[in-house]
Amino acid sequence: MDAREVILDKYSGRVFKNRKDHIVELDEAGVPKEIAANSRSVPGMMINRGCCYAGCKGVVLGPLRDTVVITHGPIGCGYYTWGTRRNKADSPDGRNFVQYCFSTDMQETDIVFGGMKKLRQAIREAVEIFHPKAVMICSTCPIGLIGDDINAVATESEKLYGITCVAYSCEGYKGVSQSAGHHIANNGLMRRVIGSAKDKIPERGLRINILGEYNIGGDGWEEERILKKIGYEIVAVFTGDGSYEALTHAHTADLNLVQCHRSINYIAEMMKTKYNIDWLKVNFVGIDETIRTLREIADYFGNEEIKQRTEEVIAEELADIAEDRKFYRQKLEGKTAGVFVGGSRSHHYQNVLKDFGMKTVIAGYEFAHRDDYEGREVIPNIKLDADSKNIEQLTVHPDEQFYHVALDKERFDELRKENVELEYYKGMFKDMGDGTIVVDDFNHYETEKVLDIFKPDIFYSGIKDKYMIEKKGFPSNQLHSYDYSGPYAGFKGAIVFARNTYLSIYAPAWKMLTPPWRTQPTLEGTMGDENYA
Amino acid sequence: MLDMTPKELVHRKALRVNPAKTCQPVGAMYAALGVHRCMPHSHGSQGCCSYHRTFLARHFKEPAIATTSSFSEGACVFGGGSNLKKAVKNIFDIYDPDIIAVHTTCLSETIGDDLKTLIQQMEIPEGKIVVHTNTPSYVGSHINGFANMMTGFIKYLSDKNTPATGKVGIFPGFVNPGDMHELKRIAKMIGVKYTMFPDTDGTMNSALTGHYEMYPKGGTTVDEIRELGGAQHVLALGEITSVTPAMELKRKCDVDFSSLPLPIGVEATDKYVMALSHLSKREVPTELEEERGQLLDIMIDSHAYYGDKRVAIAGDPDTVLGFAAFCLELGMKPKYMITGTPDEKFTKKAKELLLKYGVTDCIAKANTDLFELHQLIKNEPVDLLIGGTHCKYIARAEDVPFVRAGFPILDRYVHPYMPLVGYRGAMRLAELISNALLDRQDRDAEDKDFELVM
Ligand code: SF4
Ligand code: SF4
Repeated sequence: MDAREVILDKYSGRVFKNRKDHIVELDEAGVPKEIAANSRSVPGMMINRGCCYAGCKGVVLGPLRDTVVITHGPIGCGYYTWGTRRNKADSPDGRNFVQYCFSTDMQETDIVFGGMKKLRQAIREAVEIFHPKAVMICSTCPIGLIGDDINAVATESEKLYGITCVAYSCEGYKGVSQSAGHHIANNGLMRRVIGSAKDKIPERGLRINILGEYNIGGDGWEEERILKKIGYEIVAVFTGDGSYEALTHAHTADLNLVQCHRSINYIAEMMKTKYNIDWLKVNFVGIDETIRTLREIADYFGNEEIKQRTEEVIAEELADIAEDRKFYRQKLEGKTAGVFVGGSRSHHYQNVLKDFGMKTVIAGYEFAHRDDYEGREVIPNIKLDADSKNIEQLTVHPDEQFYHVALDKERFDELRKENVELEYYKGMFKDMGDGTIVVDDFNHYETEKVLDIFKPDIFYSGIKDKYMIEKKGFPSNQLHSYDYSGPYAGFKGAIVFARNTYLSIYAPAWKMLTPPWRTQPTLEGTMGDENYA
Repeated sequence: MLDMTPKELVHRKALRVNPAKTCQPVGAMYAALGVHRCMPHSHGSQGCCSYHRTFLARHFKEPAIATTSSFSEGACVFGGGSNLKKAVKNIFDIYDPDIIAVHTTCLSETIGDDLKTLIQQMEIPEGKIVVHTNTPSYVGSHINGFANMMTGFIKYLSDKNTPATGKVGIFPGFVNPGDMHELKRIAKMIGVKYTMFPDTDGTMNSALTGHYEMYPKGGTTVDEIRELGGAQHVLALGEITSVTPAMELKRKCDVDFSSLPLPIGVEATDKYVMALSHLSKREVPTELEEERGQLLDIMIDSHAYYGDKRVAIAGDPDTVLGFAAFCLELGMKPKYMITGTPDEKFTKKAKELLLKYGVTDCIAKANTDLFELHQLIKNEPVDLLIGGTHCKYIARAEDVPFVRAGFPILDRYVHPYMPLVGYRGAMRLAELISNALLDRQDRDAEDKDFELVM
């Protein structure tokens, strides 16, 4: 039996039928393979996925620091997304809502008689106490069932208080994972927030939005630092340390960088259609990847000064980390890893592992789509199932007033030919091969299995598996929360990542797992000792 | 820090800000993790289960296993019966627990799935068990979920016809494995035969060996829950948390119970010890009396630092009552006692306690949140704050010494192993409190006033 068969072996008929297409063995890098993804999880499997609300409120909207995001529902959902994701925010004016949790804390009577009255009142109170510019409403599971019209409440509140109020029907049961929630949040931001400041498009310059960067552990700040050092201007970050205010101006940027493809590609695409802003799939995780990314951005702008500045900054940054890089490379070279997380990171992190001579032997996403594995070229072939069809596909049209002058077609094609990921994402598979295994929507059982089979030196995942993996004797780091450190992005971030990896693999306690009395006799020499008689 | 919180108190009717409670299912999940070879199962969409597991993992730094029915939009229309059926089959096939403990979520409650009937109609493998409880999150809090899950186990399992076991049932309340361990240690010292239910000592504090056991050796066994029906008596610790399940056992199996406060501090531990001694007709061993004496010794040695200090306590009702009682024993003055759990019994108990010590200016409030606590502190400050990790933002904003105690503690290690109950637990609490106060004194002292001996 090959590894894949061993993993699937325990499954009975129906589960086997479902899971077999989610597990793929990659023999040769570059040979296309198909994987099943973004489909319903099998009930009872102890998966790592969250829900639509988590994707909408937790991932995309939560990081907006100047926005009051009210969770409309019973208390739990709002409580769990309160401060737990490490999306750092720093408001120069002190108006920072990221430290707060707002909820309508629905009670039984609200469920029975409807929650609109309470929601209205909650918004009134939020406005009176906090004076936010924008209020976002995110509904949780029961809301859809009791039929609260949150859009009506939002519209009414806008009139009453003169603020922006956007409602998101992101009930947890929609779609099959967080992914649906990303999409819903993207739609709401596109429809109501992006470009709403209606400022004129300035002359073409070096203005950039960073999309799909949530500033976990300060990643976004590190990226901004490097980009600004080169000479770019950052218009808006979606949405780490982001603000409603900045997003309203996002239509003025000259280029969109897409870090997390899964959670935000919708906005990238829609902004292209509406404003003709090109997007570039970038990756700031990993040293070589950051270099590649910076060069591609410079190539996109085709500005010689910027190109030169890019090389200077790369050289400076590399010099700064040279010593650490060498040290960690020595310590980590040849180690193997498993990477199971999210919808983009499992690919990104394979690159930083490569920087330090490590090899990814098993990988998988929690809620990615086929294009995140196989590349965007498969999008036309993806059949939408019932769960995905229910998520609105927002249609946007070119905006006459704010349409940009972008690259000419010739240059665009040229860049594409040079493999610049312009309006394209190549997916994870192309970087893997050699009998490595990819598992989509991995579960607890499969995680244990791959650990037994591949025995990686370290396994990167989230907190739900972390402690299980460690109990099994494998070092484990969290790629959602970076085990409370970071940043992991950029040159310096790569070193922080390597350091954490090194500390985890070499923690002295691993060597002490077996007590000495398991391997050495303890009774020698004590036989006649009166103290032990 | 928390710069958007104004000093001026505004009465809120609808908006909850920075809650001091969470939802029922996470409590149910924790209770079920205290049953041996049990898989907690969340009947709803998968997000809740993911959040609850994550949350428990963050507090205990342990794997928190649980499965979900993974509702889709279709399940909301047609009910979650088929999802539950599939889930149960898969769980037994793949994860092989002895028992699955199902709890509901807001979603399945709003849909109105009839779990009792669904479970009755389900195929369950020979020798395996499925139980359930209802945990609508729009009622009560995680504390009620914990109690409801216990009640669910009792309803399904506890057997009236069990021959008398002579055992004392100990319901520990919503506490850490380290607390449960301490409660058992005290019972063992006295020589009481007991069943602790639930018991996360051994399941949520398991050893690192290099071999993962999905079901570690700890936890109350199914047989023990059955035999609770023949228990001599039940000590229901935590006057708010443990009464419902104790009443269910009384109703179903006619087992009498005593409702006691969580044994936090001297007097509450005395009550626990006296009850155990009385029930077992055994004398309190000198070792335990010695521990009590040591605790008093510590309290007297360090008394000068506590006197008249005003303290704010936030958290779960029974733990807040316990911490407040011990603070009063130390000579401190509770200024605010707050819980998010909506239960007026808390306020009543708090008032009784405060009255006993003649404290008249303490605000004790249930069904409130940390935002309100923060506003109160802004208006009338305190010298110490005791609560879970979320309080650390207030402590920083107002520069108040802070003791982490209760649930959840997300930003520190070791605490789940260490008790706060019993005389030893009170020693630890005294150490945490005095360290916080003395560290503050050190921090604020000018060089010329910096003391070597304190
Ligand atoms: S939907 Fe209900 S059960 Fe689920 S996390 Fe939210 S409050 Fe808790
Ligand atoms: S990187 Fe992964 S976890 Fe983070 S937002 Fe993107 S898809 Fe989600």
